[in-house]
Amino acid sequence: MLKRRHYIVLGLVVVLTLIILNLPVQTTARLKQGINSIFLPLLGLTSSSEKLAGAAMDHVLPRGELVRQNDLLNRENQRLRLLLIEHEEITRENSQLRQQLSWQRRQPWRMKLANVALRDPANWWRTIQIDLGSRDGLSNNLPVITPEGLVGRISMVTLTHSQVLLVGDPNCRVAARVANVARDTGVVQGSGPLETDLVDLIYLSKTAQLKPGQPVVTSGEGGVFPKDIPIGRIVDSRRMDYGMSTMARVKLGVNLNALEQVWVLFLDQ
Amino acid sequence: MNWLSPTSILLAAILAVYWQAAFPMLRSVLGAQPDLLPGLMVYAALRSRIQTMVLLSFVGGLGQDALSANPLGISVLPLFALGLAIYAKRDLIVKDQLFAQSVLGLAVSFLNPILCLLLLLSLGKHPLLGWGTLWQIAIMTIVGSIVTPIWFELFRWLEGALGPSHTTESSFRPDREIRRGRA
Repeated sequence: MLKRRHYIVLGLVVVLTLIILNLPVQTTARLKQGINSIFLPLLGLTSSSEKLAGAAMDHVLPRGELVRQNDLLNRENQRLRLLLIEHEEITRENSQLRQQLSWQRRQPWRMKLANVALRDPANWWRTIQIDLGSRDGLSNNLPVITPEGLVGRISMVTLTHSQVLLVGDPNCRVAARVANVARDTGVVQGSGPLETDLVDLIYLSKTAQLKPGQPVVTSGEGGVFPKDIPIGRIVDSRRMDYGMSTMARVKLGVNLNALEQVWVLFLDQ
Repeated sequence: MNWLSPTSILLAAILAVYWQAAFPMLRSVLGAQPDLLPGLMVYAALRSRIQTMVLLSFVGGLGQDALSANPLGISVLPLFALGLAIYAKRDLIVKDQLFAQSVLGLAVSFLNPILCLLLLLSLGKHPLLGWGTLWQIAIMTIVGSIVTPIWFELFRWLEGALGPSHTTESSFRPDREIRRGRA
């Protein structure tokens, strides 16, 4: 049976927990930052041991394999340089046309590469921690992408690390557009706890013309994500709300379970 | 009770939380990340003092919340309440039995995420829930029941290796001493 002393301890824990839960948002964020710093030595230890393992692997990898990979990368590099020349020409032409039409000039993206350090230990959120923080110029709500598509947005920044809300987290909704003739728009939200590669595209109009395989990109509405960042492809769709709207399942372009490096996008205002 | 037991429990809590965040292999394979803290709380409730349990729930719970999108402090209360329930009955529990450890680990690992989710919902948060949550809780429960006896074994080994060694009783008895020579 519980003794009086135990009830007092339980009461103290309840009161302390309630105080912590009701702290102002800024204080909670600072407290989280402070507690996060406990794990910094462990993070350093993990990354240095990974580097050590990588260095050990360098000695094991045969020279023939390295030459083959180098050859492949050289070819890829040449192809990308040719594409860049073509892209620069298109950009120049685009800015000339924008100038003629008196449209606002499109700003080029500024990006920083980040390593994924930790994942959310709770099963009911989808977040990761990256190794860039406020000292690298990061702030809340910056978009995070990979070459395959949208990853999420920054939700909390500490000096050395930042938390990223992944696409599919209940707190990360994305205004999206289907790249079809009708340019149907909707909102991307999480599909379910186990479907990490699928999200739901909701609030589509009831006349939406959806087909499996159609690309889904960010619409640029909402002000957080720039438009035309790839999100994924339509898997299937069904009517919702007694036929008043349509919902589609979207297979994400990015494999969120296998993220190792991501790009943080700096948007010039 | 010496300083070794509480220190090693708190250190284990920090390492357990870090492991959950840094090594997501099981999450990729099973679809759920097992929680190691409930098993550790079972050990603390059966083998340690109430002060250690309080420290464990704050260090482990706050550490877990800091690395997660959870509101800070949400994991503390369920962990401590479940630990206290075991602590209150610990004189009646056969704590050295593998089966008892496993069943307690199973129960606490099952109830802890449910209490956390209830608290989150009562605070107006919207965690990612669905039928898949049942699967995730099942995985957390099963892994929790396996991990709890491992915690007991680990700490037994740790105490044997680092703790003070027990003095062995001498077989010498003065009343049975054979006295030589004249009395």
